[in-house]
Amino acid sequence: MEQKQLKKIDIIFGWDDKCTPIQVVEKTIKKTAESIILDMIDSGLKGRGGAGFPTGLKWKFTRNEESDVKYVICNADEGEPGTFKDREILDRVPEKIFSGMTICAYVIGAREGYIYIRGEYNFMLKTLQQKVDLFNQQLHDKKVDFQIYLRSGSGAYVCGEESALFESMEGKRGEPRNKPPYPTVAGYNSKPTVINNVETLVYTSEICRMGPEQFKALGTKDSRGSKVFSVSGDTPIAGIYELELGMSLKDFVEDFGDGDTKAIQVGGASGHCVPRKKFNDTIIGFEGIPTGGSMMIFNSSRSMYNVLHDYLEFFTEESCGQCTPCRIGCQQLLKGIEAVKKGERPPTYLDDLKRLTATMKIAAKCGLGQSVANPFTSIVDNFREEIIY
Amino acid sequence: MSKYMVNLKINNTPIQVEEGTTILDAAKRLNFRIPTLCNHPDLSVAGNCRVCVVEVKGARLLAASCATPVSEGMEVNTNSEKVRIARKHVLELLLSEHNADCTKCFKNGHCELQELASEYRYGDHIFIDLVKAKDKILDISSPSITRDASKCIRCQRCVRTCTELQAVSALAVVHKGDHQIISTFLNKPLNDVVCTNCGQCINRCPTGALYERNYIEDVWHAIYDPNKFVVVETAPATRVALGEDLGLEPGHRVTGKMVSALRKMGFNKVLDTDFTADLTIMEEGTELLTRLKRALVDKDETVKLPLLTSCSPGWVKFQEHMFPDLIDNLSSCKSPQQMFGALAKTYYADKVNIKAENMVVVSIMPCTAKKFECNRSEMRDSGFKDVDYVLTTRELAMMIKQAGIEFDKLEDESYDSILGESTGAAVIFGTTGGVMEAALRTAYEIITGNEVPFTNLNIQPVRGMEGVKEASIKIKNTKPEWNFLEGVELNVAVAHGLANAKQLMELVQSGKSNYHFIEVMGCPGGCIGGGGQPIPTSAEIRKRRAEAIYAEDMGKTIRKSHENPEVAEVYKEYLTHPLGHKSHELLHTHYKVRKRY
Repeated sequence: MEQKQLKKIDIIFGWDDKCTPIQVVEKTIKKTAESIILDMIDSGLKGRGGAGFPTGLKWKFTRNEESDVKYVICNADEGEPGTFKDREILDRVPEKIFSGMTICAYVIGAREGYIYIRGEYNFMLKTLQQKVDLFNQQLHDKKVDFQIYLRSGSGAYVCGEESALFESMEGKRGEPRNKPPYPTVAGYNSKPTVINNVETLVYTSEICRMGPEQFKALGTKDSRGSKVFSVSGDTPIAGIYELELGMSLKDFVEDFGDGDTKAIQVGGASGHCVPRKKFNDTIIGFEGIPTGGSMMIFNSSRSMYNVLHDYLEFFTEESCGQCTPCRIGCQQLLKGIEAVKKGERPPTYLDDLKRLTATMKIAAKCGLGQSVANPFTSIVDNFREEIIY
Repeated sequence: MSKYMVNLKINNTPIQVEEGTTILDAAKRLNFRIPTLCNHPDLSVAGNCRVCVVEVKGARLLAASCATPVSEGMEVNTNSEKVRIARKHVLELLLSEHNADCTKCFKNGHCELQELASEYRYGDHIFIDLVKAKDKILDISSPSITRDASKCIRCQRCVRTCTELQAVSALAVVHKGDHQIISTFLNKPLNDVVCTNCGQCINRCPTGALYERNYIEDVWHAIYDPNKFVVVETAPATRVALGEDLGLEPGHRVTGKMVSALRKMGFNKVLDTDFTADLTIMEEGTELLTRLKRALVDKDETVKLPLLTSCSPGWVKFQEHMFPDLIDNLSSCKSPQQMFGALAKTYYADKVNIKAENMVVVSIMPCTAKKFECNRSEMRDSGFKDVDYVLTTRELAMMIKQAGIEFDKLEDESYDSILGESTGAAVIFGTTGGVMEAALRTAYEIITGNEVPFTNLNIQPVRGMEGVKEASIKIKNTKPEWNFLEGVELNVAVAHGLANAKQLMELVQSGKSNYHFIEVMGCPGGCIGGGGQPIPTSAEIRKRRAEAIYAEDMGKTIRKSHENPEVAEVYKEYLTHPLGHKSHELLHTHYKVRKRY
């Protein structure tokens, strides 16, 4: 497998005085929509929220839909435990998000864009609104027919799921929808919608600024470019780092670990737990373990039972509750490991629960319930004795 | 736009269906049954129970067949190993959250979850019991509907019913995750919120989480009491649906057998709510004509038009909550059930020489809201509670079974007299448009002396299952005393299901409508689709019940309310004339403004 050395990058937070975000917009919308889409596809950019859908294709599909009204939505409902990079982007370089949204709007033919920002980030609403107003004014002055609006979430994790986010924006209970139809066909207000993660939108703007070549020179065949990581846990240097994709966990832990790293949870609560013995052959990227950016480092003082218990408590509470596998499945997993720990169920009950997660993975309605299997199986498989004893 | 045809294979069998068809429906056409729980033909697609998942070749996820449209070349397996394991997990998960005290449950034998559990017979329930003790506390605040949260499987059929069909939203999903429940505004008791008691949620609840407050034991107790004279009245729509709970196909008319069964059960007199339906037409028809005269002749601007019917207690309570500014438009007539009770404990008690305090009036209704209605404080004009107990069609079926009566072997019998005779106009009260049709048959004839100008008296424009129906009848050749109506176009409308009613009321509120008279029934299809009728319900079942109602009408010799000889007799002997002093005392009522929360 193609592998890269750990390399710090400075694209997301970098600032080019000769080509500011609004100038990127001006420069880019002189091109045709088709050529922008080609650049996006050529760059190999995949969604940075975690699911990794090719951004250029998403834009293309939405452009191809016939509709008077289309929307661009920035998913800033950053709720995955251990992820805090969007917050930093919103704080430091929001203009790059606006720029990405405007270019997307130009490509697909949208006149309205929304930033759905998680309720816990409301403290930054005031300053962000000022920056949005300024940018909107610039768009207006330059006769670009596009305006950006802010929407605040209300604190449910599931509203980061795109269709639940639309429901929430429409004033309804935040519950994921049945798919199809997908957002590119029927999203917000049942209109064709591009919904991209904060970081993805910044990269689209950066790709337009520097060209796809420079972006795709980074990373591997399946994971082009760089990515912003939120590093937390047992590390002396917790924080936010933009790194080239394709590094091994071994390299990562050498730079970020505290020398006693037992495991890393890659991709937040819904991601995978990788034990030390697998650091060497685990690549961070879509060919290995994809991540929305969360890297939680655990050293040998941590009980993996407690880690799993915490995650399951989180999912039990944050399941929207509408579908059976997720609502009840999460509760059974949580109560199940408690029962095994207390000796009320035999250790082999863990295997019954693993089979349950296999069902949740394919039968739950949305990504929330489907991904609970990731932490469960990876922790139970690698730290079984810690769960039982 | 013509639809494309899509080719696919289900369990290796090729089929061609229209674009947009769900996998579930396509499989049905090939006679592959896929189990469902949250799916209901009257409601929008939820796709949340996941019992109906199937495997689609090449897809990473299983697909909820109720929510997934077919696509070209799709290969579906409805019974693969993956599907069977997932279905088993889903059912076992649901059972782990469900208070499965089936033998003690009111819905025992009528529960979709129980049916599936019995179909799959998993012996090895591995999951931990999640039923919360607090959920086992029943909500018995409502005289109509009992809620048992410990039986709820969160399929949200009740919520969709309450919002989509009824526009009431008394029930909603609240909280999330393990705390998610179906509840009311601020988790208040059902009787303290906007619930109209229509019972449509009961008709669609797959388990025992919602069922009627039942009065079966109270009624048996009254029947056994030698000091009580127990009179029973039967609503129009019960006679075309009761059979469904006793092994017959939908659309079977069982009027005579029902009368026979009631007699065998020990009721002292078996009488008919249809009688007071005819009486309602006399009172309400006169009320309409009086209001028209005040508006047209006296130029009285305070007169409230359109006149709104008031037979449906779910609709009346809806109006009290949602459109308090229009409650004076409601007819002051009591519903036929309550007219019956008031007459039974006064006029009839005298007639059969029984003291009113020793009389018990039981009514058999297709309705749960009637249970609330008989408990309204206004409904005691006889000096006693006019109607003591209301049983749903379903409760009656249970009692017939408990009494050991072989229903299908019964000979037809007739109602007792007096208060037992009725017309075809009365029986059609049981379906949407029926009250309107009955009223027009009588009012037109009173005004002109001629029959309504429709073939066989069948006023087709107000029939059928369209949500809102309209009709206009031009009044010609009036009798001299009604000449102010000469040439007037009488505009009427009919709505059934409260979401349709809401739409119509908003139109009235806007002042843009020109209706004189509006019939509203709270339930889809009218009383034939009532909240007390046999379960299941669907558009097809309601259609067959309605056809049976119209057949019953056609089979009657007398088909106009004003020709009911017993009605004439009661006016002659007791009430004198419509809207007379006695009528006002016993047959009319008033309404109260209720808050929305």
